[in-house]
Amino acid sequence: MGTAASLQNAPSREFLEKLFRTAFKIRVFESEGIKLYRQGLIRGYFHPYLGQEGIATGVCAALSEGDYIASTHRGHGHCIAWGADVRKMVAELLQKETGYCRGYGGSMHIADISKGNLGANGIVGAGTPLGVGAALANQVKGSDAVTVTFSTDGASNNGTFLESLNLAAIWNLNYILVVENNQYAVSTRIEESTRDTDLYKRGLAIGVESHQVDGNDPLAVHAVMEQAVATCRAGKGPVLIEAKTYRHMGHHVNDPGKYMPEDELAYYKARDPVDRARNALKEMAGVSDDEIAAIEAEIAAEFADAVEFSKNSPEVTPESFREFAVGY
Amino acid sequence: MATRELMYREALREAIDEEMAANPTVFIIGEGIAERGGSYKVTEGLLAKYGPKRVRDTPIAEAGMIGVGVGAAIAGARPIVEILYVDFAMLGMDMIVNQAAKFRLMTGGDGRVPFIMRTQGGTGGGVAAQHSQSLEALFYHIPGLRVVMPSTPSDAKGLLKYALRQEDPVMFLEHKHLYMTKGPVPDGEHVVPFGVGDIKREGSDVTVIAWSNMIPRTLEAAEALAAEGISVEVIDPRTLVPLDRDMIIKSVLKTRRCVIVQEANRRGGVASDIASIVQEECFYEMDAPVEIVAGMDIPVPFNLTLEKASVPQKEDVVAAVKRVLHVQSLAAAAE
Ligand SMILES: Cc1ncc(C[n+]2csc(CCOP(=O)(O)OP(=O)(O)O)c2C)c(N)n1
Ligand SMILES: [Mg+2]
Repeated sequence: MGTAASLQNAPSREFLEKLFRTAFKIRVFESEGIKLYRQGLIRGYFHPYLGQEGIATGVCAALSEGDYIASTHRGHGHCIAWGADVRKMVAELLQKETGYCRGYGGSMHIADISKGNLGANGIVGAGTPLGVGAALANQVKGSDAVTVTFSTDGASNNGTFLESLNLAAIWNLNYILVVENNQYAVSTRIEESTRDTDLYKRGLAIGVESHQVDGNDPLAVHAVMEQAVATCRAGKGPVLIEAKTYRHMGHHVNDPGKYMPEDELAYYKARDPVDRARNALKEMAGVSDDEIAAIEAEIAAEFADAVEFSKNSPEVTPESFREFAVGY
Repeated sequence: MATRELMYREALREAIDEEMAANPTVFIIGEGIAERGGSYKVTEGLLAKYGPKRVRDTPIAEAGMIGVGVGAAIAGARPIVEILYVDFAMLGMDMIVNQAAKFRLMTGGDGRVPFIMRTQGGTGGGVAAQHSQSLEALFYHIPGLRVVMPSTPSDAKGLLKYALRQEDPVMFLEHKHLYMTKGPVPDGEHVVPFGVGDIKREGSDVTVIAWSNMIPRTLEAAEALAAEGISVEVIDPRTLVPLDRDMIIKSVLKTRRCVIVQEANRRGGVASDIASIVQEECFYEMDAPVEIVAGMDIPVPFNLTLEKASVPQKEDVVAAVKRVLHVQSLAAAAE
C-alpha cells in the first residue's frame, strides 16, 4: 500500500496534540454515545466511526476556515474533526430543540451550513454530487475554498460517484473525494461488490490525481491531504484519496458484526488510529503519560457536560413544529 | 403598463439574463445550453455575455448535474439546471426528493436550497412515451418543493425571476408546445410571486381551472362557449405549490360550478387534489359535482391521432362545461 510523502519537518507538538485531541474526541463521542443508546436515550440509526477516526482527523487538519465538507451516514467523526460543538451534536442525538437541527435531523443529518458542513446523509452516495456542487458554487463565486466529500466503498458503485467526479474533473474544481474504504457495506465485503478493490483507480480512469493511503494513520492521511489541497489550490483539482480502514464493530449499534473475521478485526485493532495518534504525540513530541491523561480527562469532561446540557435542554414541541410547517 | 410581444422562450431568456446580470451567483448548466443555446433556444447568447464559468454544458449525467445543482444551492449559489425533458429528471429523483426537498427540515430550518430545475414536459411533438409526460403530480406530492407551470410569456418571465430570488427548490416546468407562442410582456422590472393565481378570462357561469398548455386550449373552449351564451371563468394557478386556494374558492363560490383540466393522466393527479379542496370548501354552494378533464391513464403513444386522443382537447373541455351546467339535460327537458 502506498504511503504518503514523508513530512519534510518534524511535526510540532501543537499539531500532534491537535490530531490526538480530535481522534480521541471522536472515540469518546462514539463509545459514550453507544452507552447512551443502550440506555435508551438515543434512538434511530447510530453508525459508529470507531476504528476510522484517523481519516476525518487527518483530512480536516489539512483544511482551513471557509472550506467545505460533505459527509455520510457514518458522520459523527467528520463533524467533530470539523470542529463541531459537541453539545449541539449530543442534543441533536437526544432530539432536543438545542441540537444542530432542532431535533428534526438526527444522527444521519447533522449539518452546519454556516460553517461549511453540508451535512451527513441518509442516502449512500449522495454526498458526492452535493460536494461537487459546493465546489462548483465556490468556483463560480471566485473563491479558492476546497470541498471534501467523505465517501465510502459502498458509494463507489453508485452511478453518481462517476458522474460527480467526472463533472469535477472537466471543470477543474477544488474538490477532494475521500473514499473511506472500510471494506464492508453493512455485511457485504468489498470483494463481492467490485472486481478491483483498489478504489483509487476509479479516479485514474478519468484523469483524476488519485492516491491510496493507510486510513488508520492520521499523519499519513494528513500528508496526502496537504498534497491534495495544494493540487486543488493550484487549479489542478479534483483529487481522489482512497483511505483503507476497518470498522471496530458492526455496521450500526445494533449489528453484532458476526460476519467480520476475528483475525482481520484483530489486525486492524492492532493498528488503531487513536493509539497511533497518541503514540505520535508521545514519541515525536515527548509528551508524558500524565499530560496525555489530563487531555483525555478534559475531553471526557467535555462530553459529560454535553450530555448534561442535552438532558436539561427543552423538548421540541408540536406547536413550534406546526409553525415551522406553515408554507411547506 | 407598456408591454412588448415576446415568445415564451424569449421571455424566459430575459428573466435569466436580467437575474444573471443582477446576481453573480446565478449560473446555468445543462446539455447543449452554452454554445448551442439549448434545444429550445432559451439560453442563446448567454455564453457570449456571461462566459463559460456561468454558462456550462454538461455531459449526459442527469443525476450528477441535478445533484451538483442542489449542492451548489446549499453552498450559497443560485444554480439553474436545465434538463432537456422532464422525463429525464427521473434519473435525478434522489437528489430532488431526498436531498433538495428535505434539506430545510432536516437542518431544522437553517439550510435552504434555492435550486432551480428548468425543464419541459407535455405532449405535442409526436415524441412518444418517454418524451411526452406531464409529471407535475410527482413533484406536487413532495413537501418542500415548489412547482411552477407558466402558461404565458409574461408569467414565464415573472415567475422565473421570482424563482431566482426565493430560497426553496423549484421545479420550473415549461411546456414544449409553448416555447414559440407569443404574448405581451410588461416592460421593465416584472416579477410574479409564487402562490398568486391569475384569472385568464373572467366569467360567471362556470369556473375552469387549468395550467400550462391547457390554458390556451381552455381559452379556446371558453371562446366557443361564449358564442353559445355560456360565460366561463378561466383560472390559472400558475404555481401548483404554493397553490392559490383563495382565488379558486372565491371563483367557485361565485360560479357554483367547477371543471379542472390537466394534461397529465388522471390517476393521482393534481386535479384530483384541487377537486378535493373545492368540495371541502364549496360543497354546499355548488350546483354540480366537480368535473375533471384529464389525460388517459396510459403512456402517451407515438401515433399523432392517438396522442391527441390521450390528452384533453378543446372539445373535451366544452363537453365538461356543458355537463356541469346541465345543458344537455335542460335541452332534453325542453323537448
Ligand atoms: C441509496 C441507499 N441504499 C441503501 C442504503 C442502506 N444502507 C445504509 S448504510 C449501507 C451500507 C453502506 O456501506 P458503505 O457505503 O461502504 O459505508 P459504511 O457503512 O461502510 O461506512 C446501506 C446499504 C442507503 N442508506 N442508501
Ligand atoms: Mg464501507
